[in-house]
Amino acid sequence: MLKFTDEHEWLIIEGDVATVGITAHAAEQLGDLVFVELPEGGTALDKGATAATVESVKAASDVYCPLDGEIVESNQAIVDDPSLVNSDPQGAGWFFKLKLSDPSAVNALLDEAAYKELIA
Amino acid sequence: MVPFAGYDMPVQYPAGVMKEHLHTRTAAGLFDVSHMGQVILRPKSGRIEDAALALEKLVPVDVLSLAEGRQRYGLFTNDEGGILDDLMIANRGDHLFLVVNASCKEADFAHLQKHLGDSCELTLLDRALIALQGPKAAEILAGLSADIATMRFMDVAEVSLHGVPCIISRSGYTGEDGFEISIPSESAEDLARRILDHPDVMPIGLGARDSLRLEAGLCLYGNDIDTTTTPVEAALEWALQKVRRAGGARAGGFPGADVILGQFADGADRRRVGLKPEGKAPVRAGAQLFADAEGKQAIGSVTSGGFGPSADHPVAMGYVAKSHTVIGTEIFADVRGKFLPITVAALPFVTPTYKR
Repeated sequence: MLKFTDEHEWLIIEGDVATVGITAHAAEQLGDLVFVELPEGGTALDKGATAATVESVKAASDVYCPLDGEIVESNQAIVDDPSLVNSDPQGAGWFFKLKLSDPSAVNALLDEAAYKELIA
Repeated sequence: MVPFAGYDMPVQYPAGVMKEHLHTRTAAGLFDVSHMGQVILRPKSGRIEDAALALEKLVPVDVLSLAEGRQRYGLFTNDEGGILDDLMIANRGDHLFLVVNASCKEADFAHLQKHLGDSCELTLLDRALIALQGPKAAEILAGLSADIATMRFMDVAEVSLHGVPCIISRSGYTGEDGFEISIPSESAEDLARRILDHPDVMPIGLGARDSLRLEAGLCLYGNDIDTTTTPVEAALEWALQKVRRAGGARAGGFPGADVILGQFADGADRRRVGLKPEGKAPVRAGAQLFADAEGKQAIGSVTSGGFGPSADHPVAMGYVAKSHTVIGTEIFADVRGKFLPITVAALPFVTPTYKR
């Protein structure tokens, strides 16, 4: 299941684990990324907490945790090569996997059509 | 687009900050810097020396010996030795031509009028300013006027581009060879389009303008220098020629001279230095600096910082206590609560390619 947030994140939900990244729209708005800081595995985060930080040439931005949960894995590849987020934001540029405290909470997120309307 | 000193300015064009920056260093970038203030200072006596000596009352710079057709970097200082603005001063034969920062131009003009109004006629021009910067800038501009080829770094000349009289200086704000073109506003768009038609030219926004000048070690007024920093603290001693320093023929005589010349003699308690973050994380303006990794001994702060696309690592500058100004000194920056190692480094981060 593919979902989106109004903070320009995408989630692919499989069972109770969501793979999270930023949307192509967000990546384009941020510009070329030069630095990514990701949460460590095992970190428990509330919805809205700062989960990651991304920096472009010009500015730093926070990436928020889309739902309550616990980080089970972070994508070291984008730490090593932040440009992956720009070149493949909704694929190889994923940020982290989040074990959801309440998998039913995904129902409140945006579907693709609603997100497209948001950025239109 | 972002608001900047009352102007709508592009942060970046479609290519993005990274490509714009690198293109300027390898080919040529076009900058619209029309927001900057352009001021003519014309001596009522008709003698350029009178305008030069009048301006010397406001800047700690040797204006008198500035030859016709040359320009020089300068600073307006206040009575406390702080910096009101930085500017370029050109000798145009029968007048001085000043280029000042957008955010300061009204205040600068009032300051000039107040102190120089008796001896000089002042005009704040409504002209456009276009900069062409990069290793291919000279070749490209020579295609519009062969006259520019013989200009040296910091030369200023009146040059006709397609019949439009322009004031061109061989200077810029990137660390690259390049030109700044003052042109009547109504002709600016046509010139910009002609230059942009060249396949080696890319338009450059504020984002890359900032990363280019930061790599070149150049100060941004309002960030790296302001009314609370003196020229000595800002490591801009080179902008004060010997004739204006203690023992010189026209020593002092500018606002804050006692403070500034005192710091020349005794040193300042803090100094602007280059800073190279040791990790991959950029360290931005406002980050606090510490002598130790626990954040116990505060020694200064970062005034400009980001990623240097040509340096290929994060770059920054800031003020540190005089105990920590030696190049190679490892200090620590507070970045989101972590104390990251950052090393005092030589400026600039890239080698300038000025045609001296």
